[in-house]
Amino acid sequence: MRSTGSATRSSTLARGAALAALLLLAPAALALAATFEERTAVCLACHGQGGQSLIPDTPSIGGQPFFFAVAQLFLFRRGGRANTAMNEVAGPMTDDDLRAFGEWVSKLPPPRPPQEPADPARLKRGAALVRQRPCTSCHNPDFSGREQMPRLAHQREEYLLRAMREYKSGARIGYGSSMSEELIGLSDADLQDLAHFLANLPAR
Amino acid sequence: MTASKTRRRLLVAFAFTGLVSMTLPATAQQQPAPAPKEEEVPFWAIGKPKTGPGAALAPVPAFPVATPADKLPIAKMKLPPGFKAEVYAANVFDARGLRQGDKGTIFVSSLFGAGKVYAIVDKGGTREVKTILEKMELPNGIEFNKGSLYVATPKAITRYDNIEAMLDKPGDPVKVYDDLPGDIPHGWKFIKIGPDGKLYVPVGAPCNLCDPSSDKYAHIRRINLDGSGMEIVARGVRNTVGFDFHPKTGELWFTDNQRDWLSEDMPNDELNHLTRPGKEHFGYPYCHQGDFLDPEFGWGKSCADYTRPAALLGPHAAPLGMRFYTGSMFPAQYQGAIFIARHGPWNRTKKYAADIVVAHLDKNGKVTKVEPFLTGLVENNSYLGRPVDVLVLKDGSLLVSDDHNGAVYRISYSK
Repeated sequence: MRSTGSATRSSTLARGAALAALLLLAPAALALAATFEERTAVCLACHGQGGQSLIPDTPSIGGQPFFFAVAQLFLFRRGGRANTAMNEVAGPMTDDDLRAFGEWVSKLPPPRPPQEPADPARLKRGAALVRQRPCTSCHNPDFSGREQMPRLAHQREEYLLRAMREYKSGARIGYGSSMSEELIGLSDADLQDLAHFLANLPAR
Repeated sequence: MTASKTRRRLLVAFAFTGLVSMTLPATAQQQPAPAPKEEEVPFWAIGKPKTGPGAALAPVPAFPVATPADKLPIAKMKLPPGFKAEVYAANVFDARGLRQGDKGTIFVSSLFGAGKVYAIVDKGGTREVKTILEKMELPNGIEFNKGSLYVATPKAITRYDNIEAMLDKPGDPVKVYDDLPGDIPHGWKFIKIGPDGKLYVPVGAPCNLCDPSSDKYAHIRRINLDGSGMEIVARGVRNTVGFDFHPKTGELWFTDNQRDWLSEDMPNDELNHLTRPGKEHFGYPYCHQGDFLDPEFGWGKSCADYTRPAALLGPHAAPLGMRFYTGSMFPAQYQGAIFIARHGPWNRTKKYAADIVVAHLDKNGKVTKVEPFLTGLVENNSYLGRPVDVLVLKDGSLLVSDDHNGAVYRISYSK
């Protein structure tokens, strides 16, 4: 099944509302946190234990490249990437904070693949798209990412899809300049297959 | 093209610029993803191959915060014997153009990342980096003259008088000149006052490759310091981001960045020499590197009709700032030679350059050789630093700006 059912959507919305309340508390919690470890606990409250997110639309951050992590915090800090919670969290960060959190994120373990089995047909279509496009020349053949280009392997599927849709529409620009351009010519169904493939990336 | 389409095009084209962060409206994160809009290719990507390694090339973004002093790549730098590199100032995010004031202040411009102009001031042994102007649009072009700092954006040139006495609170800018097209692509400036007392101002081609009117684009013009008397001195100049005037002849020498996407090794970027102001055309977009007709715009043209480069500086090498060496510190062989900062290519799968080269001239003003001077900043096909501009200090040492790390280095010589 390719489309999201309305029941799933409403439960996502309910979780989203609960999440929004949690997110609004994050900046306040961060202000109270004194040590670096306490500050990272605020990050993990949403991004999950070990950086593996269990919350829809909230990405796993483990194993992201240092440059990518710093660049995203930089964009959140200056409002170049819009997200209420992250803009507030990153707003007061110093350059030293950006480097320290970037370093910490890069050393968290990469996310594990989901436990639910993947759809073989969609995996196959996703793999074919990856072969046709230059994805791996920036994101690496194992999708581990490098420099300002993120790790995509085993990222949350709905987050990957959202990110690609935002790049495609121009709602998200990114720090590097090429992502929206790379998605030209892909349909929304293609993006769904790509997200499914990357989230369930098979072992090579 | 509608205003919003233009705006989005610029945002996409310069995502890595930080401009985005100044102009992007806040959108709530939990909104549904917007419906796809008309798909647009950013200007730099027009002509990109559809497949193969070339398809993955894009401008190389700088690191988003300045590199701390103790992490700067000083130990990686290679210089000829007797020369030494040191950190002159760290934490100069997006450091680009360099100028020195009469009282010794070093002014540093920036481009995509910072939108600022900095002043580095000596506080008796320690140096302080002050932000003196901010929220400027691509303020790459700066010049210092008679106590005033000139700042050029793609749209306008303004002047801040008595600046060295007002670093903590510069006065209101005085408009010098704004008869500029203001395009973002290749619209950022390098400016310099010539021995004729006029301000030289380039207007780049608003594209990778196009054939606009040479009265409007792809030229270098000069103006009087009150903005009057504009005349075009050199045509067929795609995108110069560095020039200087020969210390003896006063003639203009300039670097020029050539078109992208032709191939890995073509065309070379250029060092050019203007001998007949107003009468010379340097080839763009018809002839590249003096001997290669463009596959699209070169039909029916002849390279013999255009001024040939004084030297070739390497394919996609991105030569930017350059200065004739007129100091007394370096050995005699460098006297009157040109130090050129090469930023290093983005439009090439194999990265190289990101260095300082020296062009040596003979008595007749011909380039005899171009040799490496400061190297070592390319490792594993990535940049450890990217030189942008050079400046000969009064003591004869050479400053080098690096926008990749947000730093300024000093090169000195002792026997």
